[in-house]
Amino acid sequence: MEIVFLAFILMLSIFLGFELINKVPATLHTPLMSGSNAISGITLVGALTSAGAEHTQLATILGTLAVAMATINVIGGYMVTDRMLAMFKKKQGDAK
Amino acid sequence: MGIELLVNLTYVAAAVLFIFGLKMLGSPATARKGNLVSAIGMFLAVVVTLLDQSIIDYKWIGLGIVLGGVVGAVVARSVAMTSMPEMVALFNGTGGIASLLVGWAALYGFDPNSFQMVTIVLSILIGGVTFTGSLIAYGKLSERMPGRPLVFGGQRIFNILLILGIVVSATLFVVNPDTIAYLYIVVALSLLLGVMLVIPIGGADMPVVISLLNSYSGLAACAAGLAINNIILIVAGALVGASGIILTQIMCKAMNRSLSNVLFSGFSAVASGGAAAKIEGEAKPMSADDAYYVLEAASSVVIVPGYGMAVAQAQHAVKELQEILEKNGAEVVYAIHPVAGRMPGHMNVLLAEADVSYDLLLEMDAVNPRMETFDVAIVIGANDVVNPAAREMEGSPIYGMPVINVDMARNVFVMKRSMASGFAGIDNPLFFKDNTRMLFGDAKEMLGNIIKAFG
Repeated sequence: MEIVFLAFILMLSIFLGFELINKVPATLHTPLMSGSNAISGITLVGALTSAGAEHTQLATILGTLAVAMATINVIGGYMVTDRMLAMFKKKQGDAK
Repeated sequence: MGIELLVNLTYVAAAVLFIFGLKMLGSPATARKGNLVSAIGMFLAVVVTLLDQSIIDYKWIGLGIVLGGVVGAVVARSVAMTSMPEMVALFNGTGGIASLLVGWAALYGFDPNSFQMVTIVLSILIGGVTFTGSLIAYGKLSERMPGRPLVFGGQRIFNILLILGIVVSATLFVVNPDTIAYLYIVVALSLLLGVMLVIPIGGADMPVVISLLNSYSGLAACAAGLAINNIILIVAGALVGASGIILTQIMCKAMNRSLSNVLFSGFSAVASGGAAAKIEGEAKPMSADDAYYVLEAASSVVIVPGYGMAVAQAQHAVKELQEILEKNGAEVVYAIHPVAGRMPGHMNVLLAEADVSYDLLLEMDAVNPRMETFDVAIVIGANDVVNPAAREMEGSPIYGMPVINVDMARNVFVMKRSMASGFAGIDNPLFFKDNTRMLFGDAKEMLGNIIKAFG
């Protein structure tokens, strides 16, 4: 049952992802990509438990490395996306 | 129990924030807020996870977060907009390796059942491919590696054997989880596969590869989520995986090629070269002053930027020219090919950096029907995306790819460093057309000279 439940969530999320992105204008493809890339850093959440649970020494090392890598992905991804989007401006009439 | 419920409810909230964030990223007016919304979702998910009772020791977590946070922040602040594609590739890679490590570490937390063993192996496999694939993409995009497809004899057979090797060792490991040697083989072969998949792909196809790798990094997180039974990883990973695939499809459509053609055509590129018809004629160079006379009289101008604009850092000079032309009474628009530059939307980011209003940036389909009405089309460092061979020459490797038909404008100015062919290595008959004039030199310098002539 557990597997079926997970599969259901997986399927719905994939469809949702398709729907969300389908109509995005080309102008925003780069920020969209780096923004969604930052979301894939969610693996950080999994890394936290591995790094802190003290299962074995190896698991702690792997977990700590994973935390560092995923944090680079998350922090870097969001910040760089914000930097890009801050530049997207529409000219307001004649106001310069 | 109480804490577990709190954690899971917060994950639901985080998922909602991710979904809204992605939705808002779809429109220029709300995009920045959307990114913030999704960052808040991430923050919530991370903070609530720290409450998890199985976490005993916070010092390693703290170390990892501080280390990663500092590196990520410094890099994100200092990277130039022109090198955004390789940056995204690198961030992608760190996400991939993190999923690999999470999957690996999951082996030691509990006694995984066989379903979890499969997902652990999957997260290691996809994470590993994402990691090395992204590193190679980074190398090609930053020109630390040759951009041309790297091919060797027997590559196809080698790859098939490699994939077989992965399937066999992965199966052996799932069946005998205690034999750790199988795991090492899976890790090593996955890393090798990432390299093998990206080296035969040419630099011009990198936009497709980046979006595909982006999708992989999501799928890796998703597999890791299945392995450790964490719903937010599954949801967020699947969202990213799906969105990456959509973007990949858009890119492929823009090049009129199938995904498998992009991924595997490098193998056959060596054989089919030289079949295209010879292009006869002479390119006609012109000076900045001559360009000035034509532009001064023009009433409508379309600017077509390409990767060369990024290399020359010419976006600010372009914006300056746009303002001068507008003051002179001309209409100026930009035509952006979907795969101009080294990643989708790359040109838009650069022009936004130069403060160009985004409603002046037109997509190819909006510009092509009215191309005849433009007095001048200025091509700045673009080549393959304006190559009329895609329309006219059946033997050409890019035949059938939709291009911006600049050759139909009354005058075409091409700014280019030299007569060398583009990233795809294909000759461009545009340079020999009667209405084409070549402005040889650095794009930024050349634009400066034209601007000076106006002054």
